[in-house]
Amino acid sequence: MAFFEVHNLSRSFGGLKAVSNVSFTVTKNTVKSIIGPNGAGKTTLFNLISGFLPPDEGSVTLETRQLEDLSPDKIAGHGVSRTFQNLKLFHGMTALENVMIGRHTHSRSGFLSGMLSLPWTWVEEKAIVKDSLEVMDFFGIAHLADSEATSLAYGQQRVVELARAMACKPDLLLLDEPAAGLNMKETAEMGKLICKIRDKGVTVLLVEHDMSLVMNISDEILVLSYGEKIAEDSPLAIQQDKEVIRVYLGEDDA
Amino acid sequence: MKRLRHLHIVYMALLIVGIQVVTSATDTAYFLTQLTMSAYYSLIIIGLSLVMGYAGQISIGHAGFFAIGGYLSAFLTTYNLLPYQETGIVAFLSNAGLLVFSQDIYGTDLLTVHPWCAFISAIILTTSIAYVIGRPVLKLKGHYLAMATLGFGIIIFRIVLGSSYFGEADGLSDVPGFPLIGGVEISGNMSARIVNYYIAWGLVIIGMVLLLNLVKSRVGRALRSIHGSEDAAKAMGVDAAKYKLHTFVLSAVFAAVAGVMLTHYNGGIGPSEASVMKSVRYVAIVAIGGMANLWGALIMGSVLNFLSLRGYFGSMDDAVFGSILIIIMLFAPQGILRKGILKDLRNKLTGNPEVKQS
Repeated sequence: MAFFEVHNLSRSFGGLKAVSNVSFTVTKNTVKSIIGPNGAGKTTLFNLISGFLPPDEGSVTLETRQLEDLSPDKIAGHGVSRTFQNLKLFHGMTALENVMIGRHTHSRSGFLSGMLSLPWTWVEEKAIVKDSLEVMDFFGIAHLADSEATSLAYGQQRVVELARAMACKPDLLLLDEPAAGLNMKETAEMGKLICKIRDKGVTVLLVEHDMSLVMNISDEILVLSYGEKIAEDSPLAIQQDKEVIRVYLGEDDA
Repeated sequence: MKRLRHLHIVYMALLIVGIQVVTSATDTAYFLTQLTMSAYYSLIIIGLSLVMGYAGQISIGHAGFFAIGGYLSAFLTTYNLLPYQETGIVAFLSNAGLLVFSQDIYGTDLLTVHPWCAFISAIILTTSIAYVIGRPVLKLKGHYLAMATLGFGIIIFRIVLGSSYFGEADGLSDVPGFPLIGGVEISGNMSARIVNYYIAWGLVIIGMVLLLNLVKSRVGRALRSIHGSEDAAKAMGVDAAKYKLHTFVLSAVFAAVAGVMLTHYNGGIGPSEASVMKSVRYVAIVAIGGMANLWGALIMGSVLNFLSLRGYFGSMDDAVFGSILIIIMLFAPQGILRKGILKDLRNKLTGNPEVKQS
């Protein structure tokens, strides 16, 4: 049985089939990329997997856990973490506090214990700070801990978001265009970080437009066009695939 | 940080004692009555500040929760059950010691629910109503949420105004004192004025400590994250709907506690406590104190309510709070009790484009 499996997933908006009968699997500890022209359904697919949209049909399975009917917060609790195409950092909070939210699913202090400030919550809070700083250190941003997250440089905000997602200690990490808006140097850095994440034992599912990044770090690539899967193979094979070249570059009329 | 927030509480306690000493020394102890009342109103306001500032929701219906608490407690502690003494449930409650015998000023024998029992019933009812209302209503956003809570407030207002059980336009009166330990009770007795002043502000201190702890805790952080980006909060495993609902219910409980206690202190409650203008007033005070600023809300809550209760605004009372709301929204949407307010105001008035909008 596959580590992560999407089976016959479909979702339409009115008459438009945004995602249609998409099935694929992801092997543990690999990076799989989803590419396709604009409007191919990549982000919709991510939203279906992470619970932000309910699917019309199909199933999503992480190891033995069925995810397709769960809400986003429950899915996060089951070990699936994600980032967003257009950064969604918490404004008015420091970078550290942003990352600390990532520890939410691994801590349990509630309204009552929080209001009474019970001693065990202090211990928990200390552990949250320590774990968060460790994750930030892993990404080389520990020195930014006390800066307000949304006032950081764009590239740094991307890394903070990555750290926040990793603070959840996910089994599967969904990255929605992590290199969007980054320059070439920053994109290369991002590629290194993603490899570092994979080496830590986290499986990565990536949506990305930057082909140099995708080809460099992916173990496998899935190509979507008009909501349907048209190819799924290794980076090298995808580069040779006639159908993929056709949807990206158009028909050869000559 | 922790030390700082407890230091503020100490300052607050010193100020409370200081005010009492000064009023005693200057023969102005009559101020304490309004200060006690504004303490109870402040309790609603700090609860609402949590909802508005930290959970990013709005409620124009909190006077409704105040009224539910106040009215239920007033009703239970004044409704004479003597004629039903022999019927099953009343007899059972009486045997369980939950009812008390007393006499009113005309010497009529009364059998009423014990204030503590009424208090607990009021809290349970408020909690249940807040859950039932909050679950569907908090799915709304922005002005839809405002309108839904406004509608709730109007319904409660109409119920207390129209029901003979709740005294219609007259409200309920002759509400007995609320006994605490050692013969001390929450009541409007002149002799107990100083004690009641300390009880009321003691409750506010307890409320403040609980809420300050909460906003610094894991839950407070989760609330701020929902405020920052609800989608991202959900993706991090924060059950946004649950947190918003619990915050809403918690603030409703604060309002109900204030309602019960103020009703026992005043010896009665009238429908104006449930009116929409009261809810608007609470929102205005939270806004002027600075949304996510419990201390600001507390200071503004006690000062403005005190001025209003002393009658400084005269017949312009509601107009004052309405104007405050408009002015705050226009010129200082983050409230006036915060750092950098003067600079922001100067920028606004001189048309400096560096004005930080948010």
